[in-house]
Amino acid sequence: MKSRWLLWLPLALFAGLAVFFIGGLQNDAPRVVTSALVGKPLPAFNLPAGASDRPALDSREYTKGKPRLLNIFASWCVPCAAEAPQLMALADAGVPVDGIAIRDARADVDDFLARHGNPYAHIGLDARSQVQIALGSSGVPETFLVDGEGRILHQHIGDIRAEDVPGLIAKWKAAQ
Amino acid sequence: MLSAALMLVISAPASFPALAQTALPPAPYANRQLDDPAQEKKARDLMHSIRCLTCQSQSVADSEASMAGDLRSEIRERIAKGEEPEHIRSWLIERYGDWISYEPTAEPIMWPLWGVPLLLLGVGGLLVAGRMKRRGAATDGKKGKQI
Repeated sequence: MKSRWLLWLPLALFAGLAVFFIGGLQNDAPRVVTSALVGKPLPAFNLPAGASDRPALDSREYTKGKPRLLNIFASWCVPCAAEAPQLMALADAGVPVDGIAIRDARADVDDFLARHGNPYAHIGLDARSQVQIALGSSGVPETFLVDGEGRILHQHIGDIRAEDVPGLIAKWKAAQ
Repeated sequence: MLSAALMLVISAPASFPALAQTALPPAPYANRQLDDPAQEKKARDLMHSIRCLTCQSQSVADSEASMAGDLRSEIRERIAKGEEPEHIRSWLIERYGDWISYEPTAEPIMWPLWGVPLLLLGVGGLLVAGRMKRRGAATDGKKGKQI
């Protein structure tokens, strides 16, 4: 009697796995890859200037005692244009924002900033994504909150929406 | 002439697979092999087991995404400088977590992966042992009858 039930076990296993695999195939949303460096020190970098009217960006900027936002963007990135007004609002609220332009050229960054506004205090040019990779960032745009001692406190993945701004300001204030 | 122009029109969109990507040329070693074949093999083996973060079910070796190209160049240049592939892998895992590597680790979440084959082998062994015993008993019985 017992072995008769056992006969159905392979079929049940098959059905279970089929449900699991078909479920996995249906779910084609890319996984959000967060940086494993949140809570850890910002890697050291020294980038050339990414725009003609802003200074270059050195990681030592983040050990001067004041928390700052580090925005990963690119002139060729559409959501970056969409988040520009929110970055402006953050800068207007007194939050220092720096930018790293990924795989970009200075003339294109200048053009992008002329069109969408320039919230950045410093802009670095990461023409080969090397600093982006060192940061554990997997796309544009992304924004890191770094405290005054150079520790990464928070990573915002994707464009900053209007509703994200108050939360980011609060996090920045809490990091003071 | 006309057909050449037509070809150009047809092939133009195909040469820019992802529209949102950058116009900058690829990094120096994104699509260029290292001169030393042994080093190139090391780099290639590693690239095939590192996930592309833009096209997540591809490895950086297979992906056309610009970030994958930058990672290929980074990997090749580091190997050319004498860095060990496993060191580069752990450097990447430090930044992106285990998910960037296709190589299974010994973390507890992977234990079923290592354990299940052993378990199935054990079950198979028991089944075979049981069957052989029964068959042995059956043939013994037959022999007994024949004699």
